[in-house]
This record gives sequence, structure tokens and C-alpha cells, in this order.
Amino acid sequence: MGKVKIKKSDVWIDMTPMSDVMTLLLTFFMLTSTFVKNEPVKVNTPGSVSETKVPENGVLTILVSPQKGPNGKPTGEGQVFLSYDNSTELAQIVDNMTTLTPAQKKTFVSESMFGAPLDKLAAYLSKPASERSKELPKMGIPLDSIQGQDMTEFQQWVNAARQVNPKVRLAIKSDADSPYGTVKKVMSELQDMDESHYYMITQLDAKKAADAAKK
Amino acid sequence: MDMMETGKGGGKQKKMTVRVDFTPMVDMLMLLITFFMLCTSLSKPSTMELTMPSNDKNTHEAQKNEAKESHSITIYLTDGNKIFYGNGKPEYDNPNWLKPADWSNTPKGIRYVLQHKQVGDPSTGEAISLPFQDMDIAVKELNRKRQADPKAYPDSIYQSELAAIKSGTINGKKVSTMTVIIKPTDHASYRNLVDILDEMQISYIGTYVIDKLTDQDKALLAKKGVKA
Repeated sequence: MGKVKIKKSDVWIDMTPMSDVMTLLLTFFMLTSTFVKNEPVKVNTPGSVSETKVPENGVLTILVSPQKGPNGKPTGEGQVFLSYDNSTELAQIVDNMTTLTPAQKKTFVSESMFGAPLDKLAAYLSKPASERSKELPKMGIPLDSIQGQDMTEFQQWVNAARQVNPKVRLAIKSDADSPYGTVKKVMSELQDMDESHYYMITQLDAKKAADAAKK
Repeated sequence: MDMMETGKGGGKQKKMTVRVDFTPMVDMLMLLITFFMLCTSLSKPSTMELTMPSNDKNTHEAQKNEAKESHSITIYLTDGNKIFYGNGKPEYDNPNWLKPADWSNTPKGIRYVLQHKQVGDPSTGEAISLPFQDMDIAVKELNRKRQADPKAYPDSIYQSELAAIKSGTINGKKVSTMTVIIKPTDHASYRNLVDILDEMQISYIGTYVIDKLTDQDKALLAKKGVKA
């Protein structure tokens, strides 16, 4: 029996065009997208026709949690979380508020959002990262006034931010379905301390804008 | 150099095809793209600027500007996406002063109401006008001018001219504007608040305020069967 010689064919696919396309896609994603911030609660911002962009720097974002109940409906007991986009200034802000060990301060600055009450802050920051991320959604900066102090803790934070950066801008981020009462609490605390100008974070709703243009 | 010269000198030149295998590179790029697609978001959030009145009780009376009653419209946002509105001075003992509206783009919608609101009071000799119509013409004119000559209207000038129109100054003349008082109840959703602020922008209303519900408002809404 003659041996059938199988011809080994070497299939060579040229990957260069594919690599070209990939590089293009990668460049596109790198240039157009922004990193998702790790937020303790997921909020779905309302759609709007406004096209104004959020200012680039010096923004103190106030995240108002929708805190959904067991049936998925927001209960209105919204907790408040804060974030500030400049880490050097954030370190100064926290120095104005409380004293932390250098290690705790490092953790504080590296976290994307903060929301632990002041009395629990140091203990919270000493915990390992996995526990912190589990615990943060249950916390929140207290909005009720403390006896013997004329400012609530939330107002103290805003005030500290204002002292470090006099041009700080406030942005409120809240869920579209959360009741106005929740947001009102935050707004009226700000009004009480004469902070009456702020931004409300929304997302561009193309359908609504087209509808408005039609008249 | 030496080798090339010998090559030219008549020796058999071996054509070397340099083939670089791009497969590992493609693998790596795939990974990077997947990473970027999962960890970043494409939509940049937009924002709405809002100035609320200060809660400070010591505001001088002189700083408050009274809106003419015939020019004002009060909007109540209630739960279940319902809206009620009332023209002019609130009539707290008259439940029929409150009229229902909705969010649709129909004659029943709040947009229609705002855009067809007449201001002026013939009894005081003030002519009746439709603020939205005046402003719509002015804004379209501004947009047309901007399109014809985009360089003359950079964003800053455009915005300031738009603000001037909204405050009622069209070509140096004063036209009547209307004032909207927005009173959201605690049960209205945050979405409704953003929606009504959008309506202000769509209908070129420059003077509006978000106010708190008073007990009288609550009583009035209760008469309409609305939990406030």
C-alpha cells in the first residue's frame, strides 16, 4: 500500500487589518469614554433636554440614594454620599473635619465616594476594602441636626469644602424615581446655609429634545 | 553594507519576506477593548443649573420682586406624574381654580398651557400678549442670525442674548414675561422636577421659582383629592 502523502498546508491569516481596526476601536474608546465611578448606590439620573456639561473640576457631588424598599419602590429615606474630584483638596477638607491617621487618610482619599458619619469614620477606614464596600451603602452622611451644634454634619462637609476651595460647585445627583421630598431635604439644608446655586446631574434625553423641537 | 554590495554584484539575491505574526497583538487589543467597554461609560452626564431662593429670613423686602398677578402661573407637581396649575393669584377657597394638566404634547399638556398663557390686564390698560409667541419669534430670529454668521455669535454672546430675550428684552424693547411658581409636593418624583425645569427651558421662561407648599396649598390640593 502506498502511503498517501498528506500535504501540510500552512494557513497563514494576515492579522494586520484586524489589528488596524482594533487599534482604531481602542483609540475611540479611550478618547470618548470616561471611567465609571464606583458608587455605593446605583442611581438612574433623569433625562433632560439640557445640554450643559458638568464642570470639569472643583465639583462636590452630592449623591442622594433612592434607597429602594422591598417592593423596589424608593422609600424616600435617602442617604447622602459625597465625592470630590480633587484628591489634594479632599485631603485638606477631611483635615478640616476630623483627625485621621496617615493610613486612614490615604484610604479616605482613594475611595471614590465617602458617606460614613464622622464618629464612625475612623473605624470604617481601618476595615479591609471588601468590608468597606459592603458597609458603605448602609451608611450615609447624617442630615439631622446635632444637639449643641448649629450645623448638621452634611452642612459641615459642604462648609469645609467651601473653605478649602471657595469656588467649589455643588452637583446633586439623584434617582429619577426618588420622591422630591428626599431631594428637598438636601436642598433645604443647602438653602439654610446660603448655598443656593447648584447643578442637577441629568442625562441627555434625545427623544425629549426632538419632541421639544417639533413643538 | 558589505553584504548589499556583494548582492548587487551578481550573486543570487534571496528575497526575504518579513512576516510578523500579529495574532498576539490582536489578542492583547481585544482584551484592552473589552476592558474599556466594561469599565467606562460613553455618555457624559449633562447638568442643569438651578438657583434656589435662600432660606434666610432676613432678606430685605426691597430685594424681593413681586410678580404681577396676571403674569403668574402656579404649577403643582403631585404624585403619580399629575400636574395641576392655576392662573394668577391663588384662590385657596376655590377648588376650581386648580386645573389638571399632564406631561403630553397635546392641548391638555403643561407645555400647551405655558405656551398659550396670555398675560396682561385690560382693566389697567395693559395690552394682552402671548409671551411665548414673542419669545419664539425672537429666539428663531437669533438662531437664524447665528446660522448666517456663526463667527459673530460665539457661545458666550449667544447665551447672553438668549438670557436677555428670556428676561423680556427683545431688540431693546420690553415685552411682558410670565412668572412660573413651581410647587412640588413631597410625593412628586425627582424626574417630574427635572421635567418641569425642562419645560421652562423649552418655553423660554426665564423667571421661575421652586417654592415650598404652604398649608393652604395642601388644603387646596386635598380638596382635589390629592395627597400632599
